[in-house]
Amino acid sequence: MMTRAIKGTIDAENIVCSRDGGVTPRHLRWSVCILAIVLSLMPCSLWAAAPDLETLVREIAQQLRCPVCQGLSVSDSPSELAHEMRAVVREQLQQGKTRQEILDYFVQRYGEWILLAPPKRGFNLVIWLLPFALLPVGALAVYAGTRRWVRNRQAATPPSAALDPRYAERLQRELDSYT
Amino acid sequence: MISQLGSILLITALAVAIYGIAASVLGARLQRWEFVASAYRAVLWLFALVTVAALLLVMALVTYDFSIAYVARNTLRGTPLYYRVTALWGSLEGSLLLWQWLLSLFSAAVVFSQGRKIRDLMPYAVAILLTVSAFFLFIMVVPANPFRAQFPVPPDGRGLNPLLLTTSMIFHPVFLYLGFVGFTIPFAFAIGALVTGRLGEEWIVATRRWTLMAWYFLTVGILIGGWWAYTTLGWGGYWAWDPVENASFMPWLMGTAFLHSIMIQEYRQMLKTWNLTLVIMTFMMTLFGTFLTRSGIISSVHAFSNSSLGAYFLLFIGLLLLFSLAALVYRMDDLRGQPELDSMLSRETTFLANNVILVVITLTVFLGTMFPVIAEAVRGVRVSVGAPFFNKVTVPLAYLLLLLMGIGPLIAWRRASWDNLKRNFTYPTLAAAGTALIAALWTRNPYALITFAVCAFVTATIVFEFYKGVYARRKLAPGTSVLRALWTLFTRNRRRYGGFVVHFGVVLTILGIAVSSNFAVEKEVRVTRGETVQVGDYDLRYEGMRAYDEVYREVVWTDFTVMRGGRAIATLSPGKSFHPNEQQPIAQVGIRSTPWEDLYMILGAVEQDGSAATLKILVNPMVMWIWIGGAIITLGALVTVIPGRPTRRSAIAASEATGPAPARTLEYSGSR
Amino acid sequence: MSVKKFFILVSATPVLALLAYGLSRDLGSFPSPLIGREAPSFALSLFDGGTFSLDEHRGKVVVINVWASWCIPACYNEAPALEAAWQRYRERDVVFVGVNYQDREAAAREFLARFRHTFPNGPDLGSRVSIAYGVRGVPETFFIDRDGRLAHRHVGEISFDVLMQQIERLLNGAGGLS
Repeated sequence: MMTRAIKGTIDAENIVCSRDGGVTPRHLRWSVCILAIVLSLMPCSLWAAAPDLETLVREIAQQLRCPVCQGLSVSDSPSELAHEMRAVVREQLQQGKTRQEILDYFVQRYGEWILLAPPKRGFNLVIWLLPFALLPVGALAVYAGTRRWVRNRQAATPPSAALDPRYAERLQRELDSYT
Repeated sequence: MISQLGSILLITALAVAIYGIAASVLGARLQRWEFVASAYRAVLWLFALVTVAALLLVMALVTYDFSIAYVARNTLRGTPLYYRVTALWGSLEGSLLLWQWLLSLFSAAVVFSQGRKIRDLMPYAVAILLTVSAFFLFIMVVPANPFRAQFPVPPDGRGLNPLLLTTSMIFHPVFLYLGFVGFTIPFAFAIGALVTGRLGEEWIVATRRWTLMAWYFLTVGILIGGWWAYTTLGWGGYWAWDPVENASFMPWLMGTAFLHSIMIQEYRQMLKTWNLTLVIMTFMMTLFGTFLTRSGIISSVHAFSNSSLGAYFLLFIGLLLLFSLAALVYRMDDLRGQPELDSMLSRETTFLANNVILVVITLTVFLGTMFPVIAEAVRGVRVSVGAPFFNKVTVPLAYLLLLLMGIGPLIAWRRASWDNLKRNFTYPTLAAAGTALIAALWTRNPYALITFAVCAFVTATIVFEFYKGVYARRKLAPGTSVLRALWTLFTRNRRRYGGFVVHFGVVLTILGIAVSSNFAVEKEVRVTRGETVQVGDYDLRYEGMRAYDEVYREVVWTDFTVMRGGRAIATLSPGKSFHPNEQQPIAQVGIRSTPWEDLYMILGAVEQDGSAATLKILVNPMVMWIWIGGAIITLGALVTVIPGRPTRRSAIAASEATGPAPARTLEYSGSR
Repeated sequence: MSVKKFFILVSATPVLALLAYGLSRDLGSFPSPLIGREAPSFALSLFDGGTFSLDEHRGKVVVINVWASWCIPACYNEAPALEAAWQRYRERDVVFVGVNYQDREAAAREFLARFRHTFPNGPDLGSRVSIAYGVRGVPETFFIDRDGRLAHRHVGEISFDVLMQQIERLLNGAGGLS
């Protein structure tokens, strides 16, 4: 079959699968619009109603490490001490203390260790920023690498002779018949 | 007597392993095949010896032979039989024996099945396998002997940690170890390739099934671990970013990167250095995992006892790592090729992007886990790095990866055309946008919306692929039923379509995780007998308390009638069990699981007469999908691994090596 | 060997060094950030009735021992030492107080009866005192100097010698902190 004469491979996955021979760019624009609408709806979550006391307690407790468990938060821990620490948090919230004040209260007594995520200060910034620094580095490496490989390819092979238009047309017709 | 016999067996096994290393390496270097054959026999002998040792320990456990310290520590009269058997891996020494047994089993399998092929590589691969075995045997002989005798013999044992007396613990460690040990094989062959200079695809092709198998067992092992945490530890979650959980997660991440990356080398003979690096890192991560669990460097709920093992492990990891890097550097010049890519938009690039993200996640998890040590070294202050950090940092990366999982299969090898891409993307993008819009009717939580959109995108691409494949099949052979077309898709393209099934399983798991993390409802209540509380859609009436005595524990149950819409639909009995040798009681969580949500009840405290009880009640939506996703991954992995007919891809690879392909029936459905 | 190769070879070293350091540190010791700061004041209602208020005893050396009846064997081992130290120093401006942590009253009273403690003991309701002092487990013993500052925290079973040593130090107004 003539397909063997074509350089490169025919992959099943490249078969176009639409009856009218192709989806017009109009559809693409349409879906981009929808996506844009969706994305713009997302900030709606910021308008959420003011959270109640229990939610605040839980949120703060999730930042604290249960001292008698292995890495569990005060919110998750079933231990008695965690229960009482949650009560302390609740009490302090009712007294009007802010989230930071409550966290500081515990840090003053247990040390920085009581916080489940290291505070974003000083040396601790290393761990917070590193992942977001590594990603672009990796992306850059991939970009640079692939660009070099494409250049290698272009250097290695002269531009391939254009496909005989008769074959190209038959090929396209045959491909289309499978869509 | 068992004590001495067991110790002798282990010492002999160690000697056999050392002999095997020497014979194997010498035989290969001196080209004396009989030495190598002797080394292969040593591997088989090793397996026999270790098996007998393991059986001996199991027998001691089953017969309550308390003269052995390990048995006394891990069993208690009245422990059911299956828990006595599984106590083999209940604590440190036994788990080492299990690891070693699996390693010698796999080594024997390697020798047995591939003894004839890759003659040049095998001796070195076997030497590496024996080296790792020798290390574990040494650890068992010197500091952590499972057969250590106890004198005087106690009348009763202490009993296994009650948290381990669950069904999931019967499987979790075994599956994990199958994964960890499984990755030793590709590592061993990689080193063999480096040492012998046979840097082509042989080592990858020879170990591809091992890699898949190891990855599969590790995946399921981790999921079972999550299930154990959820049902047994009883705090309402399934993953706490505990250091030892991370220690199993990191090899999984690297293993996934490796699994994808070797496909590039198989098809395009590219990235040889990278693949070797990846497999070295994957294996090192598995060793690092055992190091974390056993060294006491970081305290963890999983940690076995703090012991001097840490130093031995560190020494071994250090030496092996330096040796591997040296071998890599030695061959680096030969490994360099002139890779070519037709276009920057190609599947190779998406695989590389996949690798980058996975490596970044691995590094993040590693640094996060080790940061307490680093911070202490630098600042002298102890800090914690837990769930809030890991969730914040890995979730965005996970989204990227998920997106890539959908995009990747749509892009062709070597070169993809933009037109093609746009066509392939349209419907999935529409699906994603539509899903997000519909979901926005219920929630405004951005994480949830993004997850839904991306999951819809990936699912749409997978469904689309199946649709195209079935459609093309039916066009090729008119009259084929859809089912038959699907069947042929799977049999002709195991890797590609099995991979799709695995990806779909991952989507379900991530969906379950995202929904259960963001929409859980939680309430702490105190109820008196007869009183009803409401949590979510459920009305729960406290009926009373029951106490129950088993030989190895006392349990207290609180019974609740679960009602919804006025109708009683179930009863749940959260409880607490008290074990004679444990200070703290163990929660027995009451869970009612449906595909839609889980009702989860944790008993906090109960009055002596059962008149009142304090509980924490959670409604966790869609948790079951995490486990269902795991089952689908299993299915997909099985499909990928079952041997099929020789693939078109390997025919192409062969033809590219030998010249233009001779006339042959053209299979449209090549294997991916 | 090129720079790149050398770099790859030694890249493992920092990680290994870090792990080695990690092994060498002692996870058990746990310095308290309260040391050198004013000890949190509290009022404890006692088993025998009455209240113990920390503020009332400013100017004296105060020893706070956090214990529980389920804390086996450490609390049981150290109990005689505590009573003995109390007897020795009670005339010398030293105050002992026992804080009962997450316990049941009956079991706690039994414990006290068994060891015949004569210094004040009270249940820590809601664990407020324990949380205020950053208690992570039992037993723990806190030493407060005459100026009301927390001078030392001892985690785990305490011996008579250590009790003596710390009290003597504070009585002599050494001002040294640990």
